[in-house]
Amino acid sequence: MLKLENVSKIYKGGKKAVNHVSLEIEKGEFICFIGPSGCGKTTTMKMINRLIEPSEGAIYINGKNIMEKDPVELRREIGYVIQQIGLFPHMTILENITLVPKLLKWKEEDKLVRAKELLKLVDMGEEYFNRYPHELSGGQQQRIGVLRALASNPPLILMDEPFGALDPITRDSLQEEFKHLQRTLDKTIVFVTHDMDEAIKLADRIVILKAGKIVQVDTPDEILRHPANEFVEEFIGKDRLLQTRPNVELVKQMMNRSPISITEEKTLQEAITLMRDKRVDSLLVVDEMNVLRGFVDIETISEFRKKATLISEVVNREVFSVKEDTLIRDVVQRILKRGFKYVPVVDEHQRLVGIMTRASLVDIVYDSLWGEENTMTTESV
Amino acid sequence: METLEQLLTYYSQNWPYVLTEFYRHFLMSAYGVLFAAMAAIPLGILIARKHRLSGWVFSIANVIQTTPALAMLALLMLVMGLGANTVILSLFLYSLLPILRNTYVGITGVEHAYLESGKAMGMTKMQLLRMVELPLSLSVIMAGLRTALVVAIGVTAIGTFVGSGGLGDIIVRGTNVSNGTAIILAGAIPTALMAVMADLLLGWLERRLSPVK
Repeated sequence: MLKLENVSKIYKGGKKAVNHVSLEIEKGEFICFIGPSGCGKTTTMKMINRLIEPSEGAIYINGKNIMEKDPVELRREIGYVIQQIGLFPHMTILENITLVPKLLKWKEEDKLVRAKELLKLVDMGEEYFNRYPHELSGGQQQRIGVLRALASNPPLILMDEPFGALDPITRDSLQEEFKHLQRTLDKTIVFVTHDMDEAIKLADRIVILKAGKIVQVDTPDEILRHPANEFVEEFIGKDRLLQTRPNVELVKQMMNRSPISITEEKTLQEAITLMRDKRVDSLLVVDEMNVLRGFVDIETISEFRKKATLISEVVNREVFSVKEDTLIRDVVQRILKRGFKYVPVVDEHQRLVGIMTRASLVDIVYDSLWGEENTMTTESV
Repeated sequence: METLEQLLTYYSQNWPYVLTEFYRHFLMSAYGVLFAAMAAIPLGILIARKHRLSGWVFSIANVIQTTPALAMLALLMLVMGLGANTVILSLFLYSLLPILRNTYVGITGVEHAYLESGKAMGMTKMQLLRMVELPLSLSVIMAGLRTALVVAIGVTAIGTFVGSGGLGDIIVRGTNVSNGTAIILAGAIPTALMAVMADLLLGWLERRLSPVK
């Protein structure tokens, strides 16, 4: 769908920002450009919609050379999300979202229908239509920024560190949301970032650049397992290499299969007894079909001991869970970064099947250390 | 006390005349600024695009600005003769710099992120100007018009020396008679009032047009 052929960008004064980059991107692929600052990742991306004109080489979209197209027309067919959110402060959310359709001269009612559709994608209501960007939180603004890029339904979207300015928790949830969105909408995405975690999490393939040249192009797994050279290895970071054990990949291989759970109609008394018996400080709440409903912990129970008798009255419904075929490294990051004590694991019907705890982390680390020692002894024998 | 009484007497006997002069005064000031805006805003946009021109243009506008008002009127009178048009032309020249400078600052002050995202979404240069740059710099441009109009109201008062009429006429009449304090005030108070009102009104407009309300 997108093909870069020997593309170079030479600035006045002879500085080569991008040096003979060739790359082919399939339809529906999520590509991350990553590298240290000044490696040419943003320049490469901006050449795709001709914000920067390539000095050498050619870029083809669906077989058509972009240099033969009118740049304005070209850009209207490519979604773009900028680093700083870049929503226009003088336009309402509705006007911001429907800007590209407006440039494309859509009918008024079509624009409105599309805007409603889009807001639904990110679970925001129509009450936002008439607000101005500054009335929204950073996370909401960037959601709108993404929607604006999706507005005219372009097959290709370019994103320049879109989540860079957000706080870690908002960034994390937006990444989740966005990855999900990309899968459902089947868009081709070129995403520039300097955050390896982000790239590993989102990308189908990662393009690592250094000084204007491609160092390695591969899936996140391949890059983690077989870094092309020392630069890549260093760029990925030692701790991440540790997280990828070849034989342990999915959550279901490592999770504790007997999570302590309780149903909603039980009393707090029973909950405390159960906690005491099993020596845990929180319980996962499930219904009769074993579907995860929430959790209760000892703090809430002691707080509501006098006022409530049933679990259903105190259950905390904001529980974060992962599917059993999630990659271990994603969960590890969540536990370490967000400070979760545990993460419940569910199957595709939201039924509770296990739990990942900090103890499971110990197992993983132990495994990897022990595993390494093991291979070493094998080698020496 | 006596002056105040005289002032009130003057107003009660001459209010239609004062009103006519007030209106005439305002029109001259407004026309001067309006014509200047028509020239200076496009020019400001142009020099915001072509930075190399800006040095030259600002030097010329600065020279015009530093000419004393009376000298300017006298010079223009040599060419254009007496009357309101001479005053309007000098107001036009005086208003150029504030409007030009604010337009330039406003347009160049639009954050790069907005320009880039506008361009990347496929706006033509005209669309970018109309939909992004002008709305975002409008309040700054308005601030320039505001300065220009307030200065213009003051300069128009001197216009009486080239026979343009306006509230300056009343003030000068007051200076020409003995004990004319009341008449001077009769002309000066409406002039000051007009300047303050114009300032408040355009200030309000400026805030309304600010992109982030």
